[in-house]
Amino acid sequence: MNRYQAVVVGASAGGVEALLGLFGALPSHFALPIMTVLHLPDGRHSQLAQVFERRLGRMVREGQDKAPIEPGIIYVAGPSYHLSVERDFTFSLSQEDRVHYSRPSIDVLFESAADAYGKGLVGVLLTGANEDGAKGLVSVQQCGGLTLVQDPAQARIAIMPEAALALMRPDYILPIAGLARLLAELDTSAC
Amino acid sequence: MSSEQTADLGAGHEARVEHTTDIEIRLLIEAIYLKYSYDFRDYSGASIKRRIQHALHQFDCRTVSALQERVLYEPAMFMQLLQYLTIPVSEMFRDPEHFLALRREVVPLLKTYPSLKVWVAGCSTGEEVYSMAIMLHEEGLLDRTMIYATDINPTSLERAKQGIYSLENIRAYTRNYQLAGGQSAFSDYYTAGYEHAIMDSRLRRNVTFADHSLATDSVFSETQLVSCRNVLIYFNRKLQDRAFGLFHDSLSHRGFLMLGSKETLDFSAYSDAFETLSKPERIYRKL
Repeated sequence: MNRYQAVVVGASAGGVEALLGLFGALPSHFALPIMTVLHLPDGRHSQLAQVFERRLGRMVREGQDKAPIEPGIIYVAGPSYHLSVERDFTFSLSQEDRVHYSRPSIDVLFESAADAYGKGLVGVLLTGANEDGAKGLVSVQQCGGLTLVQDPAQARIAIMPEAALALMRPDYILPIAGLARLLAELDTSAC
Repeated sequence: MSSEQTADLGAGHEARVEHTTDIEIRLLIEAIYLKYSYDFRDYSGASIKRRIQHALHQFDCRTVSALQERVLYEPAMFMQLLQYLTIPVSEMFRDPEHFLALRREVVPLLKTYPSLKVWVAGCSTGEEVYSMAIMLHEEGLLDRTMIYATDINPTSLERAKQGIYSLENIRAYTRNYQLAGGQSAFSDYYTAGYEHAIMDSRLRRNVTFADHSLATDSVFSETQLVSCRNVLIYFNRKLQDRAFGLFHDSLSHRGFLMLGSKETLDFSAYSDAFETLSKPERIYRKL
């Protein structure tokens, strides 16, 4: 059985490019569910899932309230709601206060996913001009999960990865290509 | 959290050991239910945990157990905690497209009834209630409508009754009102003070504000329209089904149900009991 069951990814400014690079470099048979928070402007609808699906040629869905998390799918958080993972591996949405001015917040996704998946979780924090995600990545580590941070020297905006490095020592600090290679190796279920 | 360490009882036990904080949260929620009859047992776990942790900081309690002791022995403390356990996030004509669809698709059918009953379930601080009342007024229906506005939080209900809102939000509400198909000027419906807007009391002449729990109470009246928005996302699926059951039982034949923009009947036990009138605007009709 695969040690790792799921991946959470957080990004803000510069995130679209970084996420497309990361997801685009994964093998097509990559089977772990990937849950993503990219900071978005407020609104009711976002085209992010459709745009990513078209660009990546992989199944990309917005995380829906109470929907079960399924393998092989990249999930993105929609605008204006926090996206959380429940203990039964379903999503839940909420409109609690913003975290670091952000809703959806990376901390909220990471902390709830760490609770649900424990050491089966991989947390990945990428480029951004905001400190959201740093505390969340600490939670992933405290619950026994694997933590990856984009090399700040290679990130479009280094504030977000650097905020994490100020709080913790992640397992790996890598550029996007290295993160993708590592994730591919972690997913042993598809081999 | 520092209290989140798993006890080291050997590898064989690891999977079965529940985190201390999780045990404490379950005990706190059970204590609240036994002592105050507020039932949060089937709320979504991730959100409840965050809100309790937030309350720990605010009340300067080191552990959830310490909070539990205070909640059990100081009823006033429970009322304060309740403000954290419920989420009073609302606005007037939130998701204006929903109200526009309600006005266009549902109101013409509501006009065929000699009298109407509308239930705004989980009305929080009342923004949804005044939005509904304004729309019904403009459609000439308010005088023959009774609105039931219910919530579990008495503090929120009191604010809903007062109908006083911060002036800084009024600009956003005005924009929502216009997008929702408003036929007048939003300023016709409130009196502006220095910092607050006071809603016209005639809007709530036919409104009954009442304490009602979707988790523990039953149906209290037959209604033709139920609006319950951004309440069900905080429930687990079992409790969602209970709420849908109440709405179904309350609604008269061919009655209407409006949900929040991210809420759906699709995966519920009642998906076959309603037809979808407008999928993007989350408006359903009882079959």
